[in-house]
Amino acid sequence: MRYNEKELQALSRQPAEMAAELGMRGPKKGSVLKRRLVKLVVNFLFYFRTDEAEPVGALLLERCRVVREEPGTFSISVPSPGFIEDPERKYHFECSSEEQCQEWMEALRRASYEFMRRSLIFYRNEIRKVTGKDPLEQFGISEEARFQLSGLQA
Amino acid sequence: MAPGSPPGPAIATMKLNERSLAFYATCDAPVDNAGFLYKKGGRHAAYHRRWFVLRGNMLFYFEDAASREPVGVIILEGCTVELVEAAEEFAFAVRFAGTRARTYVLAAESQDAMEGWVKALSRASFDYLRLVVRELEQQLAAVRGGGGMALPQPQPQSLPLPPSLPSALAPVPSLPSAPAPVPALPLPRRPSALPPKENGCAVWSTEATFRPGPEPPPPPPRRRASAPHGPLDMAPFARLHECYGQEIRALRGQWLSSRVQP
Repeated sequence: MRYNEKELQALSRQPAEMAAELGMRGPKKGSVLKRRLVKLVVNFLFYFRTDEAEPVGALLLERCRVVREEPGTFSISVPSPGFIEDPERKYHFECSSEEQCQEWMEALRRASYEFMRRSLIFYRNEIRKVTGKDPLEQFGISEEARFQLSGLQA
Repeated sequence: MAPGSPPGPAIATMKLNERSLAFYATCDAPVDNAGFLYKKGGRHAAYHRRWFVLRGNMLFYFEDAASREPVGVIILEGCTVELVEAAEEFAFAVRFAGTRARTYVLAAESQDAMEGWVKALSRASFDYLRLVVRELEQQLAAVRGGGGMALPQPQPQSLPLPPSLPSALAPVPSLPSAPAPVPALPLPRRPSALPPKENGCAVWSTEATFRPGPEPPPPPPRRRASAPHGPLDMAPFARLHECYGQEIRALRGQWLSSRVQP
C-alpha cells in the first residue's frame, strides 16, 4: 500500500508526546532486544537506532492493545489481519523503571484518534449536560460527522 | 524515486505496519468522509478516479468502492488544504510543508462534494482534534468547578477571543473585487466582538448550521452558560484559528472565484 513516507518521516521529527530510550523487541520469533529511541507523535510510535536521525520504523497506534508484561515491560499488539497463525503482531518494550512503564502505557492508551474522538464526544456531552449548550458551536464544528454521538457506538 | 535524484546506494525504507493501516482503513471505526475523487498521479500525470475514505487523520484511497484493500493512504498531519487553479473543476490540494514535499491534487465531482472534502480534510489532523479535546477538558473543569459554589460571575459567554484571524489569507489570483456583499453573509459564530481589524470580510464557512443574525445576548448571570475561564493557554487557540484560517481561505477563494465569469 502506498503511503506518503516523506511526510511520515517529517512527522517523526515533530515534538513528541513522549520520547525515551527503551529496549525493544520485534514481533518475529527469536527477535532480540535492541536499544531504540522510541518517540510517540500523534497516533504513531516511531523507533530509531539511538544514533540515527531517520526512524527505523513506525507503528500506527489505532486499534492496538497495550498490555503489561513482566515488571517494567509492556507490549503493543497491532492488528495484522490476514495472517491466520498470527493475527496480531506483538512488540515488546522494556522500560528502566515501573514508573516509566506506567507512564508509557498511559500515554499509548490515549494515543489513538479513536480514543481522542470518544473523549471529545464525552466532554461535549458532559458540558452540554451542565450548561445546556453545545461547546462545539463556538468552533463551528457542531455538525461535523466525526463528532456525533453515533461515534460512540463504533 | 524522485525524478532527477542521482542513483546511489539504496536507503532502506522505513518499516511501517502497513497491515495495521489497511485494517484501520476497513474496520468499523467511524468514517469521516467518503466518495469518489480524482487524484492526479504526479505533476504531469493524468487523474485517476478513486474511492476515497477519510478516517481519522488518514485518507485512504481504493480502486473502487468495493475494494477491500486500499491502493494507498495519505497521512494527514502537518498539511494544509487549499483550492487550486487547475484544469480540472472542483479541484483542491493537500499540501505538505518541506522542500521536496508532495502536493496531492484532488478533484471532486461537484461543488458540494468539494466543499465537504475541503472542510473534512482541513480538520482531520490528530493535532487539531487534540486541541479541541484539551479545550473541552478545560471547559468542563471550569463549569464543574463553578458548580456548587457561589454563583459564577456574569461574563459574556466567550472564551478569550483569539488574536485576529491569520492575516495571510492567501491572495486569490487576479480576481475582481466583489461588487457587493453576498446576501445573507453568514456571521461569525464566535461571540460578539471580533477585532475590527479582521480582514474586513468576515466570510465564514457556509455550513448548514449557519444562523443569520447577531449572536444572542449572553444569558442572565443566574443561568450562566459557562463559567469564567481559568488562565488559558493561548497557543491552542492560535492554532485552532490557524486551522480555520486555512478553511476560510479555501472557501473564500472558492466564493470569490465562483463570482468570476469564466
